[in-house]
Amino acid sequence: MKHNLGSSYAAPQALWLTVFFAAPLAIIIAYSFMKRDLYGGVLPQASLEAYRSLANPTLLVITLRTLWVSLAATVFTILIALPCGYSIARSHNQAMRLFLVIVPFWTNFLIRIYAWIAILGNEGFINDLLRALGLTTDSVQFLYNQGAVILVLVYMYLPYAILPLFSTIDKFDFNLLEAARDLGATRMQALRKVLIPNIRGGLVTAVLFTFIPIFGAYAVPLLVGGKDSYMLGNVIADQVTKTRNWPLASSIAMGVTLLTGLAAVIFAATSSRSNHHVEEDSGIGSVSATAGIPSGGQA
Amino acid sequence: MAEKGHAKRRKGISFSDFVYGAVIAFLFAPLVVLFIYSFNNSRSGSWHGFSFIWYEKLFMGSGELWHAFRNSVIIALSSALTATLLGSLAAVGTSRYSFWYRPYVKSMSFIPMILPEIIVGVSLLVFFAGVGLKLGMITVWIAHTTFNIPFVYLLVSARLEEFDPSIIEAARDLGATEVQTLLRIILPITMPGIASGFLTAVTLSLEDFVITFFVAGPGSTTLPLFIYSAIRFGVSPVINALSAVMVVGTVLLIYPARNFLKAYAAH
Repeated sequence: MKHNLGSSYAAPQALWLTVFFAAPLAIIIAYSFMKRDLYGGVLPQASLEAYRSLANPTLLVITLRTLWVSLAATVFTILIALPCGYSIARSHNQAMRLFLVIVPFWTNFLIRIYAWIAILGNEGFINDLLRALGLTTDSVQFLYNQGAVILVLVYMYLPYAILPLFSTIDKFDFNLLEAARDLGATRMQALRKVLIPNIRGGLVTAVLFTFIPIFGAYAVPLLVGGKDSYMLGNVIADQVTKTRNWPLASSIAMGVTLLTGLAAVIFAATSSRSNHHVEEDSGIGSVSATAGIPSGGQA
Repeated sequence: MAEKGHAKRRKGISFSDFVYGAVIAFLFAPLVVLFIYSFNNSRSGSWHGFSFIWYEKLFMGSGELWHAFRNSVIIALSSALTATLLGSLAAVGTSRYSFWYRPYVKSMSFIPMILPEIIVGVSLLVFFAGVGLKLGMITVWIAHTTFNIPFVYLLVSARLEEFDPSIIEAARDLGATEVQTLLRIILPITMPGIASGFLTAVTLSLEDFVITFFVAGPGSTTLPLFIYSAIRFGVSPVINALSAVMVVGTVLLIYPARNFLKAYAAH
């Protein structure tokens, strides 16, 4: 009796996700092994053509660039988020400090990107300021390059890193730091050897929450990037909507999915292996529950 | 606290507090600039005096924008409702019972959250083309429900894990039927989880650009898609005014809602 009830409660959701999530993914997998039809769509013939064309140098460059941009943005984000989460955790006014981090993220995703266009654009705030000060007569091109993409990505993903880091640091027993200091560790040593290993769960979550959506970034490079910042997400989109080479789009999508999956598995494995004696806290639940911000980031 | 002062050298402002302050400035600065420029009496970036023209344009002369806003609200409410219904039921099912496809439900509710949005969007587009469903409000609703379900499921499951399952057994022992238990015990207890799941779903839906971009058709332009077309080629002052209204609006809407939730959860 019990057995049947549980499955009937879960059935509608399972059915929905099977039809609208698993099936579309299965189609993508199937299409990646088929031949391209001239007018979009696919020919029902098995072929490795799409995977062979993955090896072309242009695509390789874009893949390496996507990796580089995602890594750079993730590293910057974590380096900034770590002291930030620490500061919130040690504050006497945690709620207020958290609130201030979250408020900007109630603003629409595109508006947050647009704000940077309004600041860095040729007609934007900074160029206006430079002209007013007589430092330039023309405008300086701040946008449409890789630097702008990384800056805006860091801006977009900081809270996704700060929140899980805060929630693990908050549970850390700070007496351990004192003990380390009393035993002669320097401040840096104590942080590196005592704090960092104990908050590894939060670090892993923070890295995953920034790296994965950034790796699949589409809107940010589209709006503030230029030729040197075209990323894999943009290739997939263009192959689907413009070139209409669905098998190629599908094979790239497969690649991105496998890489993100691999990243998730590697991170999860390293954190549990090196750290199984420490109580794990990924901070995922507390992020979405306390923050009220979307946890599945878009880029 | 004395013991805190020991680990943290009291020498003015600490490094981490300094970074925190800088981050807050970094997070707010762009929004403040937008807010100020929404009152600019000029189309260009330079300041030409204070005016409300962009607000006037926003509220009087932007029919398309309001149509997009209407679409966004319809999609947000309908997809959040569907996702809340499906997600909450599934959470009750997987938290209380074990059945053969329980692991499938659990992993299916996790994977969409970690997959880059572009993959979800593209695969749905290809799927809709394959089954011959015309892109429009229905396809956007389906897509939004799909990415909302995992969040509702997660939040409701978290809530269900918090309470003592013996309450349910007690209810059953005292003769409550399954439906009575569901409606009079489980539903009230999980309500904060369901409500925050619903609110999260509404927020996510109003926010979404990437997935919607692929599955929307003519006539189903949502607010983010409209904003995208307006900012595609640079600065657009009406969007400055819209941003200001949206920031203030969301803070006014969400803050009381969150306080209400907290108060409810504390019961």
